[in-house]
Amino acid sequence: MDAAPRVRIRMVVNGGAREVEIAPHALLLDVLRDLLDLKGAKRSCDTQVCGACTVLVDDQAVSACTFLAVEADGRAVLTVEGLADGESLDPLQRAFLDAGAVQCGFCTSGMLLTARALLRENSTPSRDDVLHYLRGSLCRCTGYRKIVEAIMTVAEARR
Amino acid sequence: MSVRPLRVVGQSVPRVDGLEKVTGRARYVTDLVIPGMAHAKVLRSPYAHARVRTVDVTRARARPGVLAALCGADLTWCEPYYGPAYRDRPVLAIDVARYEGEPVAAVAAVDEATADAALELIEVDYEPMPPVITLEEALAPGAPLVHTGKPQAGIFADLSTLRPEPGTNVCHQFHFARGDSAGALATADLVLDETYRFPPVQHVALEPHAAVAVWSETDGLTIWASTQNPYSVRVELAKMFGVSLARIRVIVPHLGGGFGSKTYAKLEPLAAALARVAARPVRLAASVPEAFQTVRRCAARVHVRVGFRRDGALVAVECDADYDVGAYADIGPRVVQKATYTATGPYRVPHVALDARAVYTNTTPGGAFRGFGVPQLAWALESVLDVAADRLGRDPVELRRQNFLAHGEEFAPGDTPIDGKLEESLSRAAAAIGWRQAGAADRGRGVAAMLKASVAPSVSEAIVRLHADGSVSVLASAVEMGQGTRTVLAQIAAEVLSVSLAQVTVVQPDTAVTPYDQTTSSSRSTAMTGRAVQVAAEDVRDQLLAIAAQSLGMAARELALADGAIVGPARRLTYSEALALKFGMSGGELIGRGVIAPGRTAAPLGGSTPFWEMAVGAAEVSVDEETGAVRVERYVSVADVGRAINPLLLEGQDEGGVVQGLGHTLLEEMLYADGHLLNGTLLVYRVPRADDAPAELECRFVENADGSGPFGAKGAGEGSLIPVSPAVANALARLTGVRLRDLPLTPERVWRALRARSPRA
Repeated sequence: MDAAPRVRIRMVVNGGAREVEIAPHALLLDVLRDLLDLKGAKRSCDTQVCGACTVLVDDQAVSACTFLAVEADGRAVLTVEGLADGESLDPLQRAFLDAGAVQCGFCTSGMLLTARALLRENSTPSRDDVLHYLRGSLCRCTGYRKIVEAIMTVAEARR
Repeated sequence: MSVRPLRVVGQSVPRVDGLEKVTGRARYVTDLVIPGMAHAKVLRSPYAHARVRTVDVTRARARPGVLAALCGADLTWCEPYYGPAYRDRPVLAIDVARYEGEPVAAVAAVDEATADAALELIEVDYEPMPPVITLEEALAPGAPLVHTGKPQAGIFADLSTLRPEPGTNVCHQFHFARGDSAGALATADLVLDETYRFPPVQHVALEPHAAVAVWSETDGLTIWASTQNPYSVRVELAKMFGVSLARIRVIVPHLGGGFGSKTYAKLEPLAAALARVAARPVRLAASVPEAFQTVRRCAARVHVRVGFRRDGALVAVECDADYDVGAYADIGPRVVQKATYTATGPYRVPHVALDARAVYTNTTPGGAFRGFGVPQLAWALESVLDVAADRLGRDPVELRRQNFLAHGEEFAPGDTPIDGKLEESLSRAAAAIGWRQAGAADRGRGVAAMLKASVAPSVSEAIVRLHADGSVSVLASAVEMGQGTRTVLAQIAAEVLSVSLAQVTVVQPDTAVTPYDQTTSSSRSTAMTGRAVQVAAEDVRDQLLAIAAQSLGMAARELALADGAIVGPARRLTYSEALALKFGMSGGELIGRGVIAPGRTAAPLGGSTPFWEMAVGAAEVSVDEETGAVRVERYVSVADVGRAINPLLLEGQDEGGVVQGLGHTLLEEMLYADGHLLNGTLLVYRVPRADDAPAELECRFVENADGSGPFGAKGAGEGSLIPVSPAVANALARLTGVRLRDLPLTPERVWRALRARSPRA
C-alpha cells in the first residue's frame, strides 16, 4: 500500500494554537474527537441534520460531521470544551443548567454552540428567531421548551 | 421521632450530572478509548427475506489490519441465539436473513476505515425469498413464514406460557376477559365498531446503540454498553458465552437517550463475540440508519367494539389488536400482552374481551418504546370515546369523568387497586386548556386520558454506604439516560440521611459494583429503585441511631438525624464521631441494604403493578385547510405522580414525552416499499424540531402522596406521551368534523379527509 498523502493544518482551538497532520479527506469531527481528544461534539445523524456535532469555525456554526478539517486551516474553532472560562461557566451553560434544558446531554454541546452563534448574529432574538435557528438542532428528550427558555433568558439579560 | 418537613425531596435541585454535560466532559460509550481497541463494522442483508446460502469471509480475514471476521456459521463456539421473549435472534444471520438490515457478517479491524474496506471483501450468496411486510401480508392464509423452527423461550417468567400459533406468523397470543361482552354489546344502546392504525416508528435516541467489549482470563467479559438494563444484558451474555454471571461485567457510562430502544441486548452480543475472536477490546458503534435496523416501536392495527348505555356508561369493550413485532420477537410478546391487559384504559368496564396477537413480519424487530404498547390502544379507545360523546350528545370531559375508575377501586382481581385520582388530573387539564371557555373559531380542543401498569413482579436492590467523613455513596443500577434518576436517587438518600446533596454520590451502573436492578424502563426507577435506596438509607440511619443511643446512653427513639449529625435532647454526635466511636478509629463505614422485591401474586399477569401510571392530556389545535397541516398550538399534560421528587426534572421529562408523542401523531412513520425501508435516516425521517413543539406547553402534576414509592411517589414519564395522539385527533375532529383513524395525521391525510367531508350544516 502507498503511504496515504497527509496534510498539515493549523487551527486555533478553544484559544490555543494546534497543529495536526491529517488525511486530506479527514472530517473536522474526527480530528477534534480522535486527534485532539475533544469528545464534547457528538456523532449522531452524520448528515448535517441533528446538530449534535455542531462547533463554531470563526464564530459560524458548522456541522463538524460533514466539514472537512482542511477547511478549518488557519481558522478559529470553538468547541463546548472552550465555552467556560476555567471553572466559570458561560452564561448559556449556566442558563441551560438553571432552566433544566439538559437531559441526556447528547445534544447539549451542539445546542450551546448553536445558541452562541445565534446570539452573536442577533443579540436580541425573538422566540421565533430562536425556533428558526434551532431547526438544525434536534433534541429527543426535552421537548425544546426549556432549551428555548434558557436561550431567551441569556438574550434578555443582554438587552 | 417527630415527622419533619422534607428538605431535599420535592425541590427542583439542579441535576447532579448537569455540569459534566454542559462542559462536554460527560463520557458516553462512543467517547471511550480502551488501549488496543479495535473497531467493528457490520455487513447487513440487502433483502427483507433471503436464504443465506454461503458467506465467505476468507478474503476479509486475510486483509492486513483485520483482527476478526465472522459470519453466522462461525458461531459454533457459543450459543448464537438470544432474545428476552424468544431466543429467536441470531447474533449474525444463520441460514436465513429475515429483514433488510439484519447483520450477516462482521469485521473487527485496527481502525474503522480498514473494517469498512474489509466488509467489501465478504461474499454472500443470497437466494431472495418472498417477504411479508405488513400485518395483512403476514396474516394472510398461506403467507410465507418468517420463522419455521420451534422457538425457545427467553427469560421472562410471565411469558412462560408463550402461545405461538404453529404454521403462522403469530408468535404470541394474549386473551383476557371478564363478564359477558357479547351479551352486553347485544343490549347496549350504542355500539361503536372501529379500526385504528398506529405506525412503526423509531426512538431516535440521539446516541445510537454502542458497545465496547473486552475479555480477560481473570475478569471474564467486561462490556461498556449503551443499555437501559445492564442486568438483562448480563444474563443474555452469560447464557450465550457459557460464563457465570459473576464473570460478566456490564458498565453503563452516560447514556444518550433510551426511550426503550436500549432495553435488552442489542449490539452487546456481537461486540462480545468479535472481542473474543479478535482477542482485543472491540468497539461497535451503530449509525443512525443502523439504529433504524435494530429496533422500533411495534406497529398495530386495533379493532375495537365499544358499548355504551344511553346515559354514557361504558358497558363493554371488545378489542382485537394485532401488533407487528417485526422479524424477531425481542420483547414484543410482552409489549402486546401487558398493554392489552389495560386496553380498557382508566375506565370501569364490566364486560371485557381483549385479544391480541404478536405477528412476525420481515421488518426491523419491534420492541419496547415509551408507552410499551399502550399508545397504540389508547389511540383507538380514546378516539372512540369522543365519537361516542358526539353520538350521545355528551361532553367528552364529562363522559370520561363518569366512567373513570375511582381511587381504591379494583382494576382486576389480585392486582393493585387504583392508586390515583384521575378526576383531579382531568379537572386540572380541562381548566388549564380553558375547556369551559369559548375558544377562537379557528381552534379546536380535545382531551384524552391514559392508564398504564408498570412491570411486575420486578426486583430492585440498592446499597448505601456512609463513609468516615460523613459523605455517602449510593450504589444502584438505575441507568441515567436523561430522565434524572441519578439526581432523584441522590435526593432520596440525602433526605433520609439528612445530609446535603453535595455529600451524596450516585455511582454509575456497573454489574460488578452496583447491585441488581431489573430494568430502567416502565417508569419504575423512582418508585422501585428509589424505594430500595430509601430503605438502604434507613438501614444506615438505624445503625447510626443505635450507635448514638449506646454511646449517649439514650433510647434511639429520643434521637433524630439533622445536618449530618445524630441529635438528642442537649446532645449531638456527628456521623464522623459516631463512626469513630463504633470502629475505635477513623476508618470503617456503615453499609445499608435495600431490597424491593414484591414477588409474584395472583394478578392476571403474575405480578401486581407497583403503581398505576395515570395522566390526562388536553390539546388545542389549528389546521391549515389549504394544506391539511395540523398545528398543536397549546398542550396541557397533568400526570398523577403521587409526589414529584424533583418537579423541574419531572416537568422536563413530561414535556419531552409530549413532543415525542407529537412525532408519531403528526410526522413519524417508517415507510416500507418492496421490502425496503424508504426513510431510515434523519434526512427523510422527520422527528419534531423546536418549531414543531406547541407554542404553549404546560406539564403539571397531581401530588397526593398516594404511591407505593418513596415519599408517596409513583412512576412517571410515559404518561405524558400516551394521550397526545387521541387528544390531538379529538381536537381536530371537534374543529373540523373530520375523524382520522390512521396515524400519523400527515397533511395529505388530513387534506384528503377535509376534501371528502360532507358539507357541514
